[in-house]
Amino acid sequence: MAIDLPFIWAAIIAFAVLAYVILDGFDLGIGILFPFFPEKRDRDVMMNSVAPVWDGNETWLVLGGGGLLAVFPLAYSIILPALYAPIIAMLLGLIFRGVAFEYRWRTKRGEFLWNWAFAGGSMLAAFSQGIALGALVQGIPVVNRAYAGAWWDWLTPFSIATGFAILIGYALLGSTWLIMRTTGELAEKARRIALRTCFATVAAMGIVSLWTPFLRPIYLERWFSWPTAIFSVIVPVLVLGCFALLLTGIRSKRDAQPFLAALSLFVLGFAGIGISFYPYMVPPSVTIWDAAAPDSSLAFLLWGAAFLVPIILIYTGYAYWVFRGKIDPEEGYH
Amino acid sequence: MFESFDATLLARIQFAFTVSFHIIFPAFSIGLASYLAVLEALWLWKKDQVYMDLFNFWKTIFAVAFGMGVVSGIVMSYQFGTNWSVFSDKAGPIIGPLMGYEVLTAFFLEAGFLGVMLFGLHRVGPKLHFLATFMVAFGTLISATWILAVNSWMQTPAGFGMNEAGQFIPLDWWKVIFNPSFPYRLVHMVLAAYLTTAFVVGAVGAWHLLKNTAPRRSRTMFSMAMWMATIVAPIQIFAGDAHGLNTLEHQPAKVMAMEGHYQSHPDGAPLILFGLPNSAEKRVDYAIEIPKLSSLILKHDLNAPLAGLDTIPDNLHPPVVVVFWSFRVMVGIGFAMLGIGLWSLWCRYRGTLDSSDWLHRAAVLMGPAGFVAVLAGWITTEVGRQPYTIYGQLLTADSISPIAAPAVALSLIAFIIVYFLVFGAGTFYILRLMKRLPRDPMPDLDDGPIRTSGIMPGPATGHAHGSAHHGH
Ligand code: HDD
Ligand code: HEM
Ligand code: HEM
Repeated sequence: MAIDLPFIWAAIIAFAVLAYVILDGFDLGIGILFPFFPEKRDRDVMMNSVAPVWDGNETWLVLGGGGLLAVFPLAYSIILPALYAPIIAMLLGLIFRGVAFEYRWRTKRGEFLWNWAFAGGSMLAAFSQGIALGALVQGIPVVNRAYAGAWWDWLTPFSIATGFAILIGYALLGSTWLIMRTTGELAEKARRIALRTCFATVAAMGIVSLWTPFLRPIYLERWFSWPTAIFSVIVPVLVLGCFALLLTGIRSKRDAQPFLAALSLFVLGFAGIGISFYPYMVPPSVTIWDAAAPDSSLAFLLWGAAFLVPIILIYTGYAYWVFRGKIDPEEGYH
Repeated sequence: MFESFDATLLARIQFAFTVSFHIIFPAFSIGLASYLAVLEALWLWKKDQVYMDLFNFWKTIFAVAFGMGVVSGIVMSYQFGTNWSVFSDKAGPIIGPLMGYEVLTAFFLEAGFLGVMLFGLHRVGPKLHFLATFMVAFGTLISATWILAVNSWMQTPAGFGMNEAGQFIPLDWWKVIFNPSFPYRLVHMVLAAYLTTAFVVGAVGAWHLLKNTAPRRSRTMFSMAMWMATIVAPIQIFAGDAHGLNTLEHQPAKVMAMEGHYQSHPDGAPLILFGLPNSAEKRVDYAIEIPKLSSLILKHDLNAPLAGLDTIPDNLHPPVVVVFWSFRVMVGIGFAMLGIGLWSLWCRYRGTLDSSDWLHRAAVLMGPAGFVAVLAGWITTEVGRQPYTIYGQLLTADSISPIAAPAVALSLIAFIIVYFLVFGAGTFYILRLMKRLPRDPMPDLDDGPIRTSGIMPGPATGHAHGSAHHGH
């Protein structure tokens, strides 16, 4: 039996995208929460809590995009033109927030500018990612190996709803990260925000999930026909379980629990989308196997990925370990 | 302003604009990362505080430049898909895995160790910290290797076949990666990055020598930079010459454009030093030329015949004027760098390296020269490849996304505005950091609460940073 390389690669790309969403999710979330913490002191601590790791987090986005080009070139060349505007907006947002990590410390007079750049850039990037997700779920028309729609097709009520959903979800990740990494007033405030965003996130997940089956008949079928319908029961139950852990975590003093529960929520949401999509790479017409590059390309890169991704996970874990623990506001800022 | 432009032209402008910004930062950070690793190694070895002080000074600058490199790079990797989707679909099976390896072997390495390098000295201790610095430097070099393999494959494609869907498919990965122009391009680009950095470091050292701010540190960096210039500039000229000969073999039209040879020269081609290429009339006006020298350089024979653009159909000519000039700018700067290197050697021999104001002024003037040469070099390479994206195989006009011109125009305008604002501000901050070399003798490096935490906001160990905050 030949190994199904496209399938393996679809799993790897999905892993990269998921890693991106949860890792950059919390540091984009920090930016999204900036406006709620007007004190310079708090903002310094918030930024310091992600400064050593944000670049690594964002690299998963490069792996997702670069990997797509390598192993599913057809999907890459359909999706990016179709989502042209949200992609460009995301890139511009990432520029503003990325440079803010350094620029903000380089000027006193201009600091407010880079605070705005950090917050605005993070929001723009998150919102655009949500829109892109929604537009992909909606489906992309393809004729002759190319995108066949117009350049505003991505803009629909549904994609705007997913845009807000991601914005809220990242804010939840950010606030639970702060609960885990900070102390005192800042952490208390993060708790209050987490409490609100966790209700909002679960509500948003509910709305999007109920909306999705009505976009395309295949999704409806997927979620309400045997045997996949099992997931229609399991996933919501698990979501509620995470929700309960989140709530108790926020109230209790187990500071890592809310963050881990929020991560699990994202994993579940992601799994839900995966279930709807499979076996399509670009719904409604391009499957994983249609989009895959020739096996020689897939195999060549798979050797590297099988060997390197574990190593990457190890030293990335090490970098997190070096900067573990609570950030002491007395030490960590100027 | 853009009505008369079609999507292809706009996409080309957009690619050229964004990649030109991007390449500026790697050119600097590849060199600077290696320089930082050298400084830290010297500090560990000689235990001389001056190296740590310099390390901290340049580390802060590195952090800003690196950040700009990362965000501008992410734009590049998505732009293949937004604007060049047909190219991506066709060439993805070949260039994609190479860029995938770049991410896996280089970008994660850099990003993973960057945090430790910038903020972690007091958390992990000097040895592990040096390892982190080294890994970052090593990562930048690996990154250059892969991306240059990609670019070189587009210049001189090898080891591929085609499938029914019209995609380029790999037949022999070894041939794909070690395609004919790759070794030359890799050597030339890495040397270019080192030279660029050497001239920036040299200019900062020279500037502070002129101002007499911090003689000990400025002398050390100036001297290190001038050694680089003296040694690397001649090697670069040699490497460039070899690169040119390789190009003559594999992309003759590019060399014809660089040389301004519209016509063939059956018995010895002249070297045109300057002149105004006139593509309409197919001649170089007001040419100042040295007879037969071009044949001597390219063929090592005064009378060797050299073909001109007249042997190539008009619609396959690269734009001669751009290539002609950008090549001369690069070569001119290469020789100017050689000049500075030799001059500094002479001053060193005379014992006036630290005191020669004229040398210092010249070095300050040459500070940005590397960036100009790098851009000029890339323009020669890329414009000289036209009208192809994959030389001889895929036309630029056939590579473009099915995307409406207004979408490209709008995003182009957005990029132009954002890049000038954001990278303009970054350049301003870098220049300001460079200006603020704290005076000798320095306050104790390890004072203040910042460093004990290990979680420093920004690469704060540098004094440059402290002064940036208390400065006004
Ligand atoms: C991985 C591939 C790759 C790499 C490393 C580079 N380029 Fe490139 N370049 C392309 C891939 C490419 C391309 C996708 O093939 C383009 C887009 C349109 C075209 O004709 O070729 C291109 C076009 C292009 C053009 C426009 C040429 C024209 O349309 O006349 C310029 C000026 C540059 N590039 C400049 C650069 C610079 C300054 C680089 C330094 C990093 C660079 N390129 C690296
Ligand atoms: C079109 C071609 C290019 C693409 C698509 C590209 C892509 C990228 C991306 C995505 C990053 C950010 C990585 C991160 O997240 O850490 C990056 C950074 C970098 N790139 Fe490029 N790049 C291109 C051209 C080049 C060239 C020609 C070189 C050098 C020869 C180069 C050298 C680097 C280096 C050293 C970095 C690390 C960041 C820095 O040093 O500032 N790149 N590139
Ligand atoms: C005077 C000596 C030099 C010669 C003869 C020379 C020659 C060349 C040639 C022939 C090319 C085009 C190769 C091709 O497209 O196939 C090139 C490209 C390039 N040059 Fe130079 N060069 C010189 C000096 C420099 C200097 C001083 C720098 C920078 C500090 C530089 C940076 C570059 C870069 C970045 C490229 C594009 C990448 C590449 O194709 O290698 N060059 N050079």
